[in-house]
Amino acid sequence: MVDLKSNFLGIESPNPFWLASAPPTDKETNVVRAFEAGWGGVVWKTLGEDPHIVNVNGPRYGAIYSSDRKLIGLNNIELITDRPLQTNLDEIKRVKRDWPDRAMVVSLMVPCEESNWKNIVRQVEDTGADGLELNFGCPHGMSERGMGAAVGQVPEYIEMVTAWCKQYSSLPVIVKLTPNITDIRLPARAAHNAGADAVSLINTISSIISVNLDTMSPEPSIDGWGSHGGYCGPAVKPIAMNMVAEIARDTATSNLPISAIGGITTWRDAAEFMSLGAQNVQVCTAAMTYGFKIIDELTSGLSGWMESAGYNKLDEFIGRATPNVKDWQNLNLNYIAKAKINQDLCISCGRCHVVCEDTSHQAITSTVNGSRRFEVIDEECVGCNLCVSVCPVDNCITMEQQSSGIDARTGKPINPNYENWTTHPNNPSSSS
Amino acid sequence: MQSELIQKLSTDLHEPLSKHEALVESDRCYFCHDAPCVTACPTGIDIPLFIRQINTDNPHGSAKTIFDENIFGGMCARVCPTETLCEQVCVRNTSEERPVKIGELQRYATDTLMQTGNQPYKRAADTNMRVAVVGAGPAGLSCAHRLALKGHSVTVFEALPKPGGLNEYGIAAYKTVDDFAQREVDYILSIGGIEVLHDQALGEHFTLASLKSDYSAVFIATGLGNVNDIGMNVSELKQVENAVDFIARLRQTQNKNELSVGRRVVVIGGGMTAIDAAVQSRLLGAEDVSVVYRRSQGDMNASQYEQELAQTNGVLIKTQLQPKRIVSEAGVVQGVEFEYTQLKDNALSGTGETIIMPCDSVLIAIGQSLAEQVLQNALTLESNRIKVDEHQRSSDDQIWAGGDCASNGEDLTVAAVQAGKLAAESIHQTLSR
Repeated sequence: MVDLKSNFLGIESPNPFWLASAPPTDKETNVVRAFEAGWGGVVWKTLGEDPHIVNVNGPRYGAIYSSDRKLIGLNNIELITDRPLQTNLDEIKRVKRDWPDRAMVVSLMVPCEESNWKNIVRQVEDTGADGLELNFGCPHGMSERGMGAAVGQVPEYIEMVTAWCKQYSSLPVIVKLTPNITDIRLPARAAHNAGADAVSLINTISSIISVNLDTMSPEPSIDGWGSHGGYCGPAVKPIAMNMVAEIARDTATSNLPISAIGGITTWRDAAEFMSLGAQNVQVCTAAMTYGFKIIDELTSGLSGWMESAGYNKLDEFIGRATPNVKDWQNLNLNYIAKAKINQDLCISCGRCHVVCEDTSHQAITSTVNGSRRFEVIDEECVGCNLCVSVCPVDNCITMEQQSSGIDARTGKPINPNYENWTTHPNNPSSSS
Repeated sequence: MQSELIQKLSTDLHEPLSKHEALVESDRCYFCHDAPCVTACPTGIDIPLFIRQINTDNPHGSAKTIFDENIFGGMCARVCPTETLCEQVCVRNTSEERPVKIGELQRYATDTLMQTGNQPYKRAADTNMRVAVVGAGPAGLSCAHRLALKGHSVTVFEALPKPGGLNEYGIAAYKTVDDFAQREVDYILSIGGIEVLHDQALGEHFTLASLKSDYSAVFIATGLGNVNDIGMNVSELKQVENAVDFIARLRQTQNKNELSVGRRVVVIGGGMTAIDAAVQSRLLGAEDVSVVYRRSQGDMNASQYEQELAQTNGVLIKTQLQPKRIVSEAGVVQGVEFEYTQLKDNALSGTGETIIMPCDSVLIAIGQSLAEQVLQNALTLESNRIKVDEHQRSSDDQIWAGGDCASNGEDLTVAAVQAGKLAAESIHQTLSR
């Protein structure tokens, strides 16, 4: 019997799906609707100090779409909550009281002074909330004022503020990281050093989503001008997954719990993030695209997959893929794979041929005996997988491992032994 | 009911694609390498490219890609039997039995550019060469446009009062609503350098010899001026009409309410014209309309799509029946007597058994043939059409021919456009020497 119950830092929720700190969690109305729909928890939209900030009064979002206007990436220039602090605190207290089984974490962002943080964490503690999330990630607007990503980009600041929060609050502290940094491991280590209970990532990526070519204004356009925003949605998932894996496999932070954020749209996205080491996931863009009802798909999809894969509890697969993420130099150079085209499935679009011919290894035919036919030339195929990537038919082209015999391309026998770059003769610093 | 049907006559069979629909549909194109659809297109339009241009919101560039190969891309988008050409070989058929809607996308692109009124072409500098084109149909105007593009001056001699050929006179009204045929001709002529003279019939107002002496080159695109003889004496019966004349009358009548149509109509023939005439008759209010063909349904020249369209519109298709005689009383048609046919040793023959199909109107659509008398034996013929080589050149090296009147004609608009284009290229090459 599959159990989706999640325990993140001692914060229990009926499932591992939380709504990320963002517009969907800005108000009691929204959060109650989310809980009624079945979401496991929320991270309340980031609180700041009074006087509350203001937002622009024009468009805050911009998007990139598929041809069918399926939203692929979303960009926003909205800031933290624009309501008075006390209003939010009252609502948080009320919702937590009414929904004791759901996770209630509160996101915070105040200036980098000890007294400011001390003050706000204590106020949050009074609400009965389950934990704190420190917003060191927001890349637009607030960062110009020395907050958000401006903190997250300086590990020393992360360490300092995290330490204050740990000092003045008994609640679990989650540090939310910005992806707008070269090496995500450094802020994670800083958070860990300061005693953070967990990290959450990624926050949005600095972005300009589009330019209106008639008005020459970046979009979203505010009176003819635009400002960079934060990019999120399905398009950012690969970036987020790598960052999650980097932290999960870093020996300095391998025990640091992770709450994953970044383009999670389906149960599969969630399962992938969790297999890479995230203990739970936070969702925003998918909810902002389709509404809260997607939680039904997320929970049923995840439990359905867990059941078919033989997992009963989340812990049984969390981090299972992490040890398989390696540095390139550790990959087995004796592993040989070649593309194979299933002629029964092939629809003869010829894309595999032209991309291989134009941009890769000239390893796929376009005609065989005068007829239109696409076949892999083993003597040329390096197994790069480009043909698989561009083929419009599912499973038509597959990469087949060659585990014995001669590699037709190199003319050398297949070596069954694992060997990597560190011992390769072409490596100037080879150890062999 | 009557007005509803007439409304349908002047309404697009398919609503044109909206921009969103065009974006979604164009996204289905795989941008195939050496795409089969291009090979299947008689004019060789770079279909994957024009579809990609639609998908990137560049419909004007897309239209130019189409017009580069087919200046009648707008009409062809409406009348091409795409199900037996580009769309038949779309690789999407293999994966899901649903090709990309190439024809409808082509219409989206060409309509979008034509609505601006702007031609994507500018004429080359005047060459001071004059070319005569006989016939202002798809072949003739395709040739004229390409020649004008290259700087030649073209005079088009047209026997009828309007240009367009079968686009204007021979295609069902619902395929070309809102006077599209004339708008398209105007658009094509807007390149300049083309003069169209009307009511100028070959053999009547001028001869091939006079054209040869007055012009550097001649392109003949008269189409097929004669209607095949059905071998029954029908001329004295008012209710018996050639289908091409019926369609022309219908197309040229402004107020469709003035058109009369029989209550029970029999259309004899199995091609596109038979289908067009039958469907139009239904839409004009005929109660019973039958298309009667002497061979099997699979042998019909009308595409399966057209046959199904007719059947959907309540037309009955009857096959293996050949006409014997029109049954009439006091000069009024009562029906048509048909004889059942069979295929024996690859030859069609009557079985002797007959049937009378009662009707009050008969439309004959058994094909047209070349009015060869106007050529005055000046050119070599092949299978009763003007013999041409792969450059559309006739036996006279100053004369080219294309479209339905030429030996490689396919009775297809798109094939005629290609023939005109090829002839223009060949004429240009010859004149440039």
